[in-house]
Amino acid sequence: MEHLTSFVQQAQTAIDQAPSLAELDQVRVDYLGKKGLLTQELKNLGKLSAEERPRAGEAINQAKQSVQIALNNKRQALQTAQLAEKLAAESLDVSLPGRTHKLGSLHPVTQTINRIQDFFASIGFVVAEGPEVEDDYHNFEALNIPAHHPARAMHDTFYFDANTLLRTHTSPVQVRTMENQQPPIRIICPGRVYRCDSDMTHSPMFHQVEGLLVDQDVSFADLKGILQDFLRHFFEQDVKVRFRPSYFPFTEPSIEVDIDRGDGQWLEVLGCGMVHPKVFAYSNIDPEVYTGFAFGMGVERLAMLRYGVQDLRLFFDNDSKFLRQLG
Amino acid sequence: MKFSEHWLREWVQPQLDSQALADQLSLSGLEVDDLTPAAGDFTDVVVARIEAAEPHPNADKLQVCRVNDGIQEWQVVCGAANARAGLTTALARIGAVLPNNFKIKKAKLRQVESQGMLCAEDELGISDSHDGIMELPAEAPLGMPLRDYLGLEDTILDVDLTPNRSDCLSIAGMAREVGVLNRVPVTPVTVQIQEIKHQQQVQVKLQAPEACPKYLGRVIRKINPQARTPLWMSERLRRSGLRCLHPVVDITNYVLLELGQPMHAFDLAKVHGEIQVRMANEGEKITLLDQSEHSLQANTLVIADAQQALAVAGIMGGLSSSVDAQTQDIFLECAYFDPLAIAGRARQYGLHTDSSHRFERGVDFALQAQALERATELVLAIAGGEAGPVTEAVYPEYLPQVAPIRLRRQRLAQVLATELADTEVEDILTRLGLELTSTAEGWLAKVPSYRFDLSIEADLIEEIARVYGYDRLPVKTPQARLGIQALPESQVKLARLRDVLVTLGYQEAISFSFIDPKWAQAFAPEQAKLTLANPISADLSVMRPTLMAGLVKALAYNQKRQQTRVRLFETGLSFVTATGQVQDLLQTPQLAGAVAGSKAPENWTHPTQPIDFYDVKGDVEALLQLSGPLQDFSFKAEVHPALHPGQSARIYKRTAAGQQALGWLGALHPQLMQTLDVKGPIFVFELDLNCLRQGQVARFQGVSRFPEVRRDLAVLVPTEIATGEVLDEVRRLGGTYLQEVVLFDVYQGPGIEKEVKSLALGLTLQDSSRTLNEEEVNQQLAEVLAGLKAKFGAYLRS
Repeated sequence: MEHLTSFVQQAQTAIDQAPSLAELDQVRVDYLGKKGLLTQELKNLGKLSAEERPRAGEAINQAKQSVQIALNNKRQALQTAQLAEKLAAESLDVSLPGRTHKLGSLHPVTQTINRIQDFFASIGFVVAEGPEVEDDYHNFEALNIPAHHPARAMHDTFYFDANTLLRTHTSPVQVRTMENQQPPIRIICPGRVYRCDSDMTHSPMFHQVEGLLVDQDVSFADLKGILQDFLRHFFEQDVKVRFRPSYFPFTEPSIEVDIDRGDGQWLEVLGCGMVHPKVFAYSNIDPEVYTGFAFGMGVERLAMLRYGVQDLRLFFDNDSKFLRQLG
Repeated sequence: MKFSEHWLREWVQPQLDSQALADQLSLSGLEVDDLTPAAGDFTDVVVARIEAAEPHPNADKLQVCRVNDGIQEWQVVCGAANARAGLTTALARIGAVLPNNFKIKKAKLRQVESQGMLCAEDELGISDSHDGIMELPAEAPLGMPLRDYLGLEDTILDVDLTPNRSDCLSIAGMAREVGVLNRVPVTPVTVQIQEIKHQQQVQVKLQAPEACPKYLGRVIRKINPQARTPLWMSERLRRSGLRCLHPVVDITNYVLLELGQPMHAFDLAKVHGEIQVRMANEGEKITLLDQSEHSLQANTLVIADAQQALAVAGIMGGLSSSVDAQTQDIFLECAYFDPLAIAGRARQYGLHTDSSHRFERGVDFALQAQALERATELVLAIAGGEAGPVTEAVYPEYLPQVAPIRLRRQRLAQVLATELADTEVEDILTRLGLELTSTAEGWLAKVPSYRFDLSIEADLIEEIARVYGYDRLPVKTPQARLGIQALPESQVKLARLRDVLVTLGYQEAISFSFIDPKWAQAFAPEQAKLTLANPISADLSVMRPTLMAGLVKALAYNQKRQQTRVRLFETGLSFVTATGQVQDLLQTPQLAGAVAGSKAPENWTHPTQPIDFYDVKGDVEALLQLSGPLQDFSFKAEVHPALHPGQSARIYKRTAAGQQALGWLGALHPQLMQTLDVKGPIFVFELDLNCLRQGQVARFQGVSRFPEVRRDLAVLVPTEIATGEVLDEVRRLGGTYLQEVVLFDVYQGPGIEKEVKSLALGLTLQDSSRTLNEEEVNQQLAEVLAGLKAKFGAYLRS
């Protein structure tokens, strides 16, 4: 049986020295193949006596098994090394920039309007829109601002003719909604508005979001509550809010809302009030049955405060660097 | 309303400092815009007289003055033209510190020593005036500190009053309000009725009583033409922003500020016959006090004599009848005009005066007699003269009628969400000057004549809330009935369209809705334009017929700032009118884009390539897919004035109603780019948002479990055939088996004839119920080829 031991040793040496999977396979053929040395041994078993045969058979099988194990181990080692080599060859500089599509950006005015809309949508307000070229009736008269009312001077209106103008606020959308719908009404009206005024702090076109809630039993306390809540969520901090009496022809009582800038200075951020009974009367809503409140805010002003923009005109230059920073 | 705090405190004494008073007024709805000291911070400036003024030996514009400060004389070099011997003025002595820490030292001006400085108003922070050095009354005590002499330890309050509170456009009104807010008494000025010394009157005829229902007048004779406006009055006027003109004019201005009643004084010698208050004759001419000449419109109320218009009522007096340094007899006018008769008229003539500001907002209709007596008293005290009887013309039926206002306790509680005690309500309203009568449901309130802004219940509720304090009223969260709102699923959300573009690298722009007419013409030459009557400037005067113009302008702006790769989009209305008339206007929401620069941002993986038509078309197709399957849209080569004629497409959407034009896509016309000074290529698109947002609710078609078969065909078609039409035809011919067609190559060149192009099509076929056999597949392909041959003369490439 010594020759078996020597076969196994020779095989082991050949396996250890095999540099690749192909040569390893040759070793397998040499020892375990159809004509392999150990296969040959098995074929020669028949020549042995019946007594010798079992023992010799077992010895050959053991030898085959140990060669097979050695082959498997070596194969696995070679495969692992080969994979490692392949992976090493495929490694990349992962710090190189990606083959990117540069993402665009939403205009800060749109983002601000979206946020405002989302807050009010979450409490059941729906978006209403209307024309920007408006008639005098919807922009002024139905809002209790008759011809020659001194409040018209506050509006610096762009006209096309005596009766047609660019809306100076989004309030006409409220009028149009009330004309077509009985309460309860909960709308939010975002959009472009126009005033004939242009300097560092005034743009001839800017954006407003106005809101209107009309129902039974709506009170001044509700108005205060909703706006205080809104401003705190908009600025994501517990801003101090001040309600100051003011005058708008379409609301009574009228209010201007200031927030504390943090340095003791109050800054006006929106105007609001209880809907004036005459405005209801124009739209055929019974002011004895319903009450309501309306509010309006300048979008650019809120965006400037929120994002730290100093110059209003930047919003309309459409400088791609400005848009990217705020998008 | 700008006024001296001292003056106000003569009427009412709240226990508040200046800042606290300003805050209180702001929080009660009378917004204090500004709180400024009556003068800048300065020391050691005294009253002094110029004893002599000699020309400076070395300078043409300077004088060397000897100035007496009551103790000694100083030599002061002065450059003011009005420096002259005998003038009493303000001297900053050596050691004085003027505003902005400007120290006065001994100095030499062109070799002549100057021992101090003579001051102009602006140098002391008293006003913006730099019209020479101050001119003080001759009797001013020499050596007295100027601060004491002028009473400059005062504050000026500037209150921005809302249009409804014209009752506060006077010291009397502000004092009433401060009294109410602080629960302190108000001491009005006491008016001494003057003895009537003569009987001369001017007859007054009210010919438009609905516009002027009340007119009081009085002749004062023999005033002293040498009279000067006293310092206390000129200082108060100055602190309200008014300059001294003539003692009589100053007095009427003073009464306007004190009581809120605008008045006018005519030189009696220049009034001929009776006074008529009438509407102007159309085209009637008048020259006003400010020298402006006007041709009046018939809607304008005038004060006239028997010959001509003397004044535009409630706005400004005329030059021909004005008082001047020779005037001896005057006719004082004090009237009530209906606000509607005055409103808008000043603006109509490009004017705005303290008088028109008050009359168009409203003046107390019961104030005239008192104001006339007050003015008379002041004229007699300052300029002397003899008062005649008051002429009063009045039509009581045209005066405002004050009906009592009903206030319901329950309504008040409902609106304010709190139940205020009756005593609180009564206290506030009574302090505001209302007379209350209790009723079962609340009160009946009689409004004083000066609060003509109060006429309905809501007005009273506002007053109560305001005086009680908005911040003290309760805060609640609104309760509402929950109703789900309609949310049509077929409507594509604008936010989604925007998100797609942002993902594709577009930046959202917002440009003005009014544009330069030249740009409007360039982008839409065939369309009538809607033009603003009063644009802010000529280049912002036409409503945009397309959003493309604004976006291209924004592209140009960025190109000028070295930004070459720019992709912008905008949503908003376009304004199109077939006739140029407003009534034909269509305001249509659009989504537009403009793109310039490279396909991809500069990178290390592949060379940058300029963007082309198909890149932008791909972006547009991404949007279209939100609206419906791509095969429902077609791009047809059509000509657009702003687009390259060979690279422009009109986009159509197939709907139940037929083909609907959805918008345009194309390269900007090279000529236009040259005109607009932009670098190309630039691609633009504009899509009708209403049409685009009309999507559809998805319907599941089933997914086949059977294998699909892909067959590739290369067909040759004449070059002039639009590939889109071939693809449409393949889809139609493919029948129910055809699942998808892809175009994977387009070839023209060697190997095929010149007149044709090769289209490589990949067709995917599948059936929902069984595996297709070879024969069925070939049969279907044969039908496709036959159909293409019939329609386009297409044939298989060999």
